[in-house]
Amino acid sequence: MLLILLGVLILHVIILILLIVSTAATAWSVGNSGGKDLWYKCSTNSGVYGCLPSSNEDWIQAVQALMILSVLFCFFSLIAFLYQLFRLVKGGRFFFTAIFQILASVFVMCGAIIYTVMCPEDKKIYTHFGYAYVLAWVAFPLCLISGLIYIVLRKKE
Amino acid sequence: MLTFLALTSVALLGIVPEQSQAIVIYTGWERHALVGSDIRLSCSFFSWRWTSEDVTFSWTYRPDGSRDAISIFHYTGGAAYLDNKGPFRDRLEFVGNPGRRDGSILLKNLELSDNGTFTCDAKNPPDIVGRPSSVRLLVFEKVPIQAGVITGAIIGVVLGLLLLIVVIYYLMRFLVARRVFSLSVSKHGKKKKEGSQQRQIKV
Repeated sequence: MLLILLGVLILHVIILILLIVSTAATAWSVGNSGGKDLWYKCSTNSGVYGCLPSSNEDWIQAVQALMILSVLFCFFSLIAFLYQLFRLVKGGRFFFTAIFQILASVFVMCGAIIYTVMCPEDKKIYTHFGYAYVLAWVAFPLCLISGLIYIVLRKKE
Repeated sequence: MLTFLALTSVALLGIVPEQSQAIVIYTGWERHALVGSDIRLSCSFFSWRWTSEDVTFSWTYRPDGSRDAISIFHYTGGAAYLDNKGPFRDRLEFVGNPGRRDGSILLKNLELSDNGTFTCDAKNPPDIVGRPSSVRLLVFEKVPIQAGVITGAIIGVVLGLLLLIVVIYYLMRFLVARRVFSLSVSKHGKKKKEGSQQRQIKV
């Protein structure tokens, strides 16, 4: 039992780290000379590396909001898990933890889908998707599986 | 000591009037407007002298990307002269009040080509030393969204809904607990009545 709990906790922390890195790293779309993400677009022009704020279009702001919300909800679910670990009655399910985790996975999915569909237009500089984008897509099924594990998990003693 | 104070005060009195001869002109820094709308560009000045009858206002316009400025408005000798040949002919109106040191103009029916810098220069004789002040005009097709407005709105709405659901959940639990409490009291009363009836029949 302890082993299962430890494994689930480690998985949760890994998902949280993946989400934070994906939200913050400047690598959603990358090219030869720079990277672009939800907040800045950075490039190397004639040896000088500089960053400009990203465009203020509606969809980028929606993706920003969804990624931040997914990080927040994953964090809330971690706190709920630790709280319910000590306060839940025997045989109870980790209901709140599962709800928050599944909501977090839904938000990551929506954010990644919006970014894929409306992906930035300047194909000459930023040629393909970067690792932060891949991390977002990896975090989504992990988060969903973790949420489902919490639904199935029961507190024994 | 006294002579020192006297000398410094005389020196200050000598310096200050020189400084106060400068006229200070105020306009906005940047103005945003939509295509087809009207905008009022305000210009006022501060001067130590009384407002003279020969006060003059003049506006010049420099389009974005150009190095030449053209004159579009001039007020002098109590009369306003508007642009009748340049890009603003029939679109300019003087809405200022020179007696109150206000030299504002109204630009009507803005076009995208009106992007540029407008400079106001005011003179209040004998107070003529001053720096003209510029206001930048930005004309948009539609209102651009500021960074972070939608982000903040989405996050705020979702967190607010979460808070609302938690509050409603705890409120429902509290209310149901109270109703359960009152239910058990009435049941108890009914049971007592039935018990006393049975006893009477037996006897």
